[in-house]
Parts: sequence; structure tokens; C-alpha cells
Amino acid sequence: MAANKHNGFTNLGIGIGLRVPHYQHILTKKPTCDWFEIISENYMVDGGRPLEVLDQILKQYKVIQHGVSMYFGSVTKQDPMHVKRLKELVKRTKTPFVSDHLCWGSVDGTYTHDLLPMPYTFEAARKTARRIREVRDYLEVPICVENVSSYAEYHQSELTEWEFLREVVELADCGILLDVNNIYVSSQNHGFDPYDYLNGIPAERVGQMHIAGHSKFEKYILDTHDHPVLDPVWKMYAHAIKLCGPTSTLLEWDAHIPSFEEVHREAMKAKKFLASVSAPVKVERKHDAA
Amino acid sequence: MMRRESKTLNTKSTKPPPAQRTTKSGEPVRMNLEQTQRLVASLVMRRLTADDEMQRSWVDGRPTAEIAEAVIAPNDRLSSFERIEIYNKQYWFRLRDCFGDDFPGVRAVLGDRKFDAMTEAYLNACPSRSFTLRNLGQFLVGFLETHPELTAPWSELALDMAKFEWAQVQAFDGPGYAPLSAGDLAKISAKGAKARLHLQPYVQLLELRYPLDDFLLALKKKNAAMRGEASNAMEEDEERPKLKGVRRPLRKRVLLAVHRFENSLYYKRLEQEAFDTLVALRDGATLEGALAGAIGKSQAAVRRNRDWLAVIQEWFDIWTRLGWFYSPAAAGQRSKRR
Repeated sequence: MAANKHNGFTNLGIGIGLRVPHYQHILTKKPTCDWFEIISENYMVDGGRPLEVLDQILKQYKVIQHGVSMYFGSVTKQDPMHVKRLKELVKRTKTPFVSDHLCWGSVDGTYTHDLLPMPYTFEAARKTARRIREVRDYLEVPICVENVSSYAEYHQSELTEWEFLREVVELADCGILLDVNNIYVSSQNHGFDPYDYLNGIPAERVGQMHIAGHSKFEKYILDTHDHPVLDPVWKMYAHAIKLCGPTSTLLEWDAHIPSFEEVHREAMKAKKFLASVSAPVKVERKHDAA
Repeated sequence: MMRRESKTLNTKSTKPPPAQRTTKSGEPVRMNLEQTQRLVASLVMRRLTADDEMQRSWVDGRPTAEIAEAVIAPNDRLSSFERIEIYNKQYWFRLRDCFGDDFPGVRAVLGDRKFDAMTEAYLNACPSRSFTLRNLGQFLVGFLETHPELTAPWSELALDMAKFEWAQVQAFDGPGYAPLSAGDLAKISAKGAKARLHLQPYVQLLELRYPLDDFLLALKKKNAAMRGEASNAMEEDEERPKLKGVRRPLRKRVLLAVHRFENSLYYKRLEQEAFDTLVALRDGATLEGALAGAIGKSQAAVRRNRDWLAVIQEWFDIWTRLGWFYSPAAAGQRSKRR
């Protein structure tokens, strides 16, 4: 199940995000790493060092593209230059699929550069799914949408977040990039059971997973990607792997980035979970690990 | 330099839509997706208070809390206001950090307080119009030209520094094409009066009123400034490291090429005639026309006796070694070297 049409029939193992502080180490030491995830926008440029580094990485490693500003959920018109440049990058990297977030973040061409949560309505699901289809048709590669962490909810929501996610991906016939840490963060911020979320998504559509660290504040949790993965998230990850089968997994570490070895070592902790499951197992809707 | 005369202000984002929580009969008003997003974007992008809090009053004088309650649900720990305030703060923290990364020299010129105030005014007037944060500062030069009061008494210095730092953004990852070799150059110049040379788009030519190349190098030597990267992580409200100061430069006109070589950024000072030649070539003049214009208008008497042939030969020898010229015929192939 983990290699499916939504991830270009790939199951790549454990990857980490390609980040500037690690460039030198990766290019000179050529460390073992199953794959790298790039933030697409950092390489949607005309020339110079970003593309030179990317080309060198592509000679050695598999690269998967992940975006942060496609804003499938934004209702106003999309910048055609954005998708054009994204397609150019897709041709360069030969990524088997691209991912971006199930969120919105721009209005009338003004960008917040944030991943703002959607109102979970049927109207929003329809409009978002339509845009995902349009982008996929243009890019000619599968798309996975990532659940975001959130700090606010809308009065007008008609669905739970996981029902909304299911509605969107089924209408768009696209995949899910399941961010386990984001589910945990949102569950703490909104007071839902994260296992209800995991059990409520169409597992067969999960094309990739993200794990990361977060920061706890007095009244909420912030998705900071600046810590090792915490125990509750590992437990959820184990459950998600049971549901979905062994799935390409990425450790996100975007702030206070330690050495490549430390990030890679943290990511490799996922291996034991991946190794413990050879195929997805049917899990009862109600979990037993709350 | 990238400039736009047209106003980049998005009136819809600066004039927030009215938020109406209830109808006359007291029923909640149901906003459609577009209305919701416009309202929330207005809340998220609204300026913070001096204490980096969300403003308590909305643009029409009503409590912001009332506006937030119209769209955002509270929970057992946070009010609607507090929940949307998280996004409001993140918006400003993220963009300020990114802007500060791209313009450390302007920050050093203005000092932290003035820089922060200028940043906020700029981002409020020119919110991001690009999918990438790389372009966040694309309107700064034009903005500072029309708002010298924000940078006084260092307006000229700050403006020049903004030009210099935006040129670096462009030179860092702007388009570059397979460079011409010395042999290619010889063939082109053999065409005589009609010969044209094309300057790499990433080569930025600047006339500055201050020696900002030396200033910025001194500043970077004392401080480890880095370019930011896009990511989807939220940021904690961290204190930016203080810039270790360097004395502001005295006025002295310099002509610079900001360029990249083997994908590292460099600044190269140019003499007047060399600068004029490159500007003319960049703007489409023939080689002959560019040189005649540049050398012909040279005023310095001492220069009239120079061996111009040797000087020009040396210029082009260096510029060719730096890969500054390309053939438009090969422009479809992006250089992997530059």
C-alpha cells in the first residue's frame, strides 16, 4: 500500500530535509541517506548556487519536492508563474510526486507566507479539490497534500479536520502527506483525539509521512521543527505505520539545525517502526493507546 | 535594478472587509470561503502594537476581539482573539526575520529601532506579492525613495545600501547563461561596428554615493549574517543577535559591479569609463558605440593620454574571465558554471 499511485509507486525509506547548513557536509562527505526532501520554493530560481547544489545532489541522491506556498485552499486566483516555475523544477528533479499543504495563505496575490487552516466546509473541500486537480493536470505528476498544524478553528466548520482531509483527497483523487507531528500539535491545540484522526483517514492514499519536533507553551503547542521527535509522536507514528504499511518518512528539522549526523540519527529512529510492519494491518477504528 | 512604478498596495488587504457577526434578527451571518479568507488575511496581516501584540481596536473602532469572534472559535484555553493573534504575530515575526536577513547592511546603517520601524512601514505598504520570500524586498528601493523620513538622517546611505543589498539578491540567483570564451569574444568583435556583447543578467551595475562594498565586508567580518530559507516551521519569538557595529562610511562615490563567480557573490569596483561601457552594453549598444560613448565623454585630462587600447583590452580580458558576457543564441541553455 505504501507505494501507490499517489507517490509515483515509490517507497524510498527515510529521508531528511535538504538544508543550507548541511550543504558542505553532504557534497564533500556524501553521507548515506535514502532521500532528500527539498523545499521547492528555495530552488525555483533562475540560477546560481541553489541550482548548482541541487544538481550535484541529484547526481547522488533521490530528491522529493515539497512546497510551502501553493495554497491549494486559497480561493482567489493563483499566480500562473508559480506553477510554471514549479513544473520547470519538477522536470529538473524528476520527483515522482510533489507535495504541498492543505491550507490557504494568499488573497488576491498578496502572500502571508503562512499555512493558514481551512474552514472545514464542503464548499472549501470542493474548491480546494478543484485546484489540486488543476495543478496536478498541469504538472503531470501526482500530488500529495499535507495536513497542517493549526492554532485556530472556524465557527463555520461542518466537518472534523480528518473528515475534511478525506473529502478533499477523494474529490481530488490525490494522496496524503501525513504529518504525524502536525496531528499531535493540532490535537493538543483543539482537544481532539489524535488516534481518531489517524483512524479516520483513507490510509491507502498516504504517500509519505512527516515527523518533527514541537515546542510546548502554556496554552498551546507550536510546530517549531527545532527539537527531536517527542514520544507521543513516535507512538502515533507507530500506529500510522501499522495503518498504512511501510511508508517513505521524512524528519523535518528547520530551526536550530544540528549537524547532519544528528539529524540523520534522529530520522533513523523511524527505521525500527518501518521494519516492524511489512504490510498495513486492519486496525479497529477505536485505538487502544490513548 | 528591479523597479515598479505601479502601486503594489493591495487595497483589499489594507481596507479590511467589514466583519458582521449577526444579522438584524440576531442570526449569525454565514460568510463564504472568499469572505472568510479576506477577513482572516486582514487580521493576520494587521500591524502589531509597539509591544508586538495584536491591536485591540479594529479599523472601524470596534474591538478586534469582536471581529475575531465572528470567524474564529475559542477553546477552553484561548479566546478567538488570542488564537488569531498567534498567526498575526507569526506573520510579522517571519517576515521581519526574512527581511532582516536580506538587508543586514540597511539594519546596520539605521540601527535596530529605526530599521524595525522602517521594516514595518515597508511591509505594511508593500506586502509580499510573490510566492517566494526571496522577493520580499523587491520594492524596497522605490519605497525608500518616496519615504526618506523613515531613514533620516541616513536617507541617502540607507537608500544606497538597499540598492546594494537588493542587487546581491539578484546577483546570487538571477539568470545566467553559458559565458563567452576569449575566442568567442574575438569572433564577435571582428564583426566591426555592428558587434554587440550581452551582459549576464545577474551582473548588477551600481553607482553609489558611499563605499558600501568596504562597509559591508567589514560588517560581515564582524557578524555572521546568513540568507534565510523558506520552511513551513513556525518561529519562536527570539531576540535577534545584535549586529556588532562598524562606523558608518563617509561619502565617497563608487561604481560597482555586483556579480557571482563560481556561484559565490563578489563586488568589483569599476572606473568610470569601464562602468559606462558596461552600462551601454547592458542597455543594448553596439561594442563600438559603447566604447565611443564611454571613452569619448571621459573628462579627466589626465586620461586623454592613456593607452586606451591596452586599457580596454585588459577590461575585456578580465570581464571575459569572469564570464560576464553570453551569447543570446545560447541563452536557452542555463549555465551550470556561473
